[in-house]
Amino acid sequence: MAITLTDAAARHIRKNLEHRGKGLGVRLGVQTTGCSGLSYVFEFVDEPRDEDRVFENGSVKLFIDPKSLVYLDGTELDFTKEGLNEGFRFNNPNVKEECGCGESFHV
Amino acid sequence: MALLQISEPGMSTRPHERRFSVGIDLGTTNSLVATVRGSTADTLVDYRGRDIMPSIVRYAGNNEVQVGWAAKSASVSDAANTFVSVKRFMGRAISDLGEDEKKLPYDFVGSGADVIAFQTRNGIKTPIEVSSEILKVLARLGTETLGDKLDGVVITVPAYFDDAQRQATKDAATLAGLNVLRLLNEPTAAAVAYGLDRQDEGVVAIYDLGGGTFDISILKLSKGVFEVLSTGGDTALGGDDVDHLIADWFIAHTGAVISSSSQWREILNLSCAAKESLSENETTEILFHGSRAILSRSQFESLVTPLVNRTLSACRKALRDADIEPSEIRNVVMVGGSTRIPVIRQKVGDFFKCEPLVSVDPDKVVAIGAAIQADILVGNKPDNEMLLLDVTPLSLGLETMGGLVEKIIPRNTTIPVARAQEFTTYKDGQTAMSIHVLQGERELVSDCRSLARFELRGIPPMVAGAAHIRVTFQVDADGLLSVSAREQSTGVEAQVVIKPSYGLEEDDITRMLRESYEHARDDLQARELQEKRVDADRLLDAITVALDEDGEDLLVDEERQEITRAMEQLALARNSANAQEIGKAIKFLSEASEFFAARRMNSAIKKALAGHSLSELEKGFD
Repeated sequence: MAITLTDAAARHIRKNLEHRGKGLGVRLGVQTTGCSGLSYVFEFVDEPRDEDRVFENGSVKLFIDPKSLVYLDGTELDFTKEGLNEGFRFNNPNVKEECGCGESFHV
Repeated sequence: MALLQISEPGMSTRPHERRFSVGIDLGTTNSLVATVRGSTADTLVDYRGRDIMPSIVRYAGNNEVQVGWAAKSASVSDAANTFVSVKRFMGRAISDLGEDEKKLPYDFVGSGADVIAFQTRNGIKTPIEVSSEILKVLARLGTETLGDKLDGVVITVPAYFDDAQRQATKDAATLAGLNVLRLLNEPTAAAVAYGLDRQDEGVVAIYDLGGGTFDISILKLSKGVFEVLSTGGDTALGGDDVDHLIADWFIAHTGAVISSSSQWREILNLSCAAKESLSENETTEILFHGSRAILSRSQFESLVTPLVNRTLSACRKALRDADIEPSEIRNVVMVGGSTRIPVIRQKVGDFFKCEPLVSVDPDKVVAIGAAIQADILVGNKPDNEMLLLDVTPLSLGLETMGGLVEKIIPRNTTIPVARAQEFTTYKDGQTAMSIHVLQGERELVSDCRSLARFELRGIPPMVAGAAHIRVTFQVDADGLLSVSAREQSTGVEAQVVIKPSYGLEEDDITRMLRESYEHARDDLQARELQEKRVDADRLLDAITVALDEDGEDLLVDEERQEITRAMEQLALARNSANAQEIGKAIKFLSEASEFFAARRMNSAIKKALAGHSLSELEKGFD
């Protein structure tokens, strides 16, 4: 089971943590919701949970709960630009279909 | 798929529920837009990497509008249709225009109290419409960068903006299709960018030296509330003046000849570059059409010292107005590109006896503070980390009988706020009530500032005092007041939104407060006298009506004369200036008419009971 980060994603997460001034790393996860079933959780971590699996990648700690890991295994987290917009993208091989906007998905 | 940003713990949003917001620094010369992403606030850049956009709008004909850099190049060639510094005209009337402003190359439409408007190639445009064009472009940069529509914006305004100017700014945003979460004072935004709102309390100074204007604001922070203690500055002093000083020095030093306005423009640009270079280097070279000069930092510093001293005397005055010693200032926030000049930082630090805050880019600091505030107001922060509030500078109230002011919202109340109070009718059968909204600390209407008047009509006829009229005062987060009145039994309602055309200057607020302290005793006495007069009139009215109705039936001549005599005494006392005398006369008349009131009561009960059987009545009591 593994989650990977691109260099750009690692760089931006480090930058975000530095600006925020606190936080151990970021949490990746899924929540059930939305027009197509599941959506991503992507947030700073101040306090880890007992059940968290921790991946270290490009000196960034990723915290993932075991239930989410099932849906995220093999995911590559990338940081990209689309025109003026920039942000993180989950390249998740488990996704079978997405809703039009891509904010929620099925596995 | 949509691009994601890192959220705060527990704040990951559901799909399509992410809330997007930006903060907009709508400046006189330049404007910027900023947003918070991944817990970091920064300004947004256009496709060419520029975050600063000139606040310039050109109406190019055929309904084509150019904004920002595109419009700037036409500001000389098509001056009549290209609006520069339109913020100066917001919320103002033609009659407010100064002589200098009338000389501007614009074709002003209307006269007197009309709102300022311009004849342009695209038709008549108001400053609100011009500003909305700037806002539209900034908002588009926001939506393109965030990849979604904006849920709300925070727009900054100068602390000294009055209600009309604030309302005009809000109208411009509405016209641009934006949801304004709040208008935020520029100095407050700068303080927020540095996180000063998270300190417990203290007084801070915001030193804002822009391209063409200088503003100093003294803010007091207590429990998360920023109160503007005083503002000051110079509307004709800024970084542009520094460029002029260098250009003048260069011409005097080299004997260079300037033969056209474009050459003057050129030498000003060279001066600006020299100024910027001296923030980093000890000397700089200026080359202009074969003339050459070396300007050292110390020479430059002696050139700008008189200018810095002018800003410091404005600071001194602002401190005096706020009744604050320089040593009481806890932090000084530097705003505006000119505050990068080392000698300015040093002299400001010496004056306030503390190290000025300079770590946030002084050109961006206001927009960044607005973005932080917008992010919270739109709901992206856990448990409202910061709830930034403003306060009402003066009490708000309404006129009651006798020319007295009943205060509904006292001064220094944090906004937004809504307060309601019940009032009633004064005369029998009264079907309308006039509501006069006032601002100020004094007890008498004539000493306060009138904001608005409106009427509540359609009150059902009732005896005096039976109607319940609920008057609600509401001040929104932008400091705009609306007043509504509602008769509770019928629900008839009337309301007014206050948009006074002329707001209060800080000086007026100070004067009004001072007068209220000086006249505290007079005011109290005046209030007492007026209250007694109102009581006297009400009693006289009531007894006159009663005498007309029942005097014949219930009183013998002698009794009637006794009451009439007491009424005459009260009428006489009422017109004296002695509240105690009126009080005595009221008491005397009340006592003299007591038996008459009792007889009327008995007679009314008899009438009510007549023709009813006892059993009927008992049933009624079950």
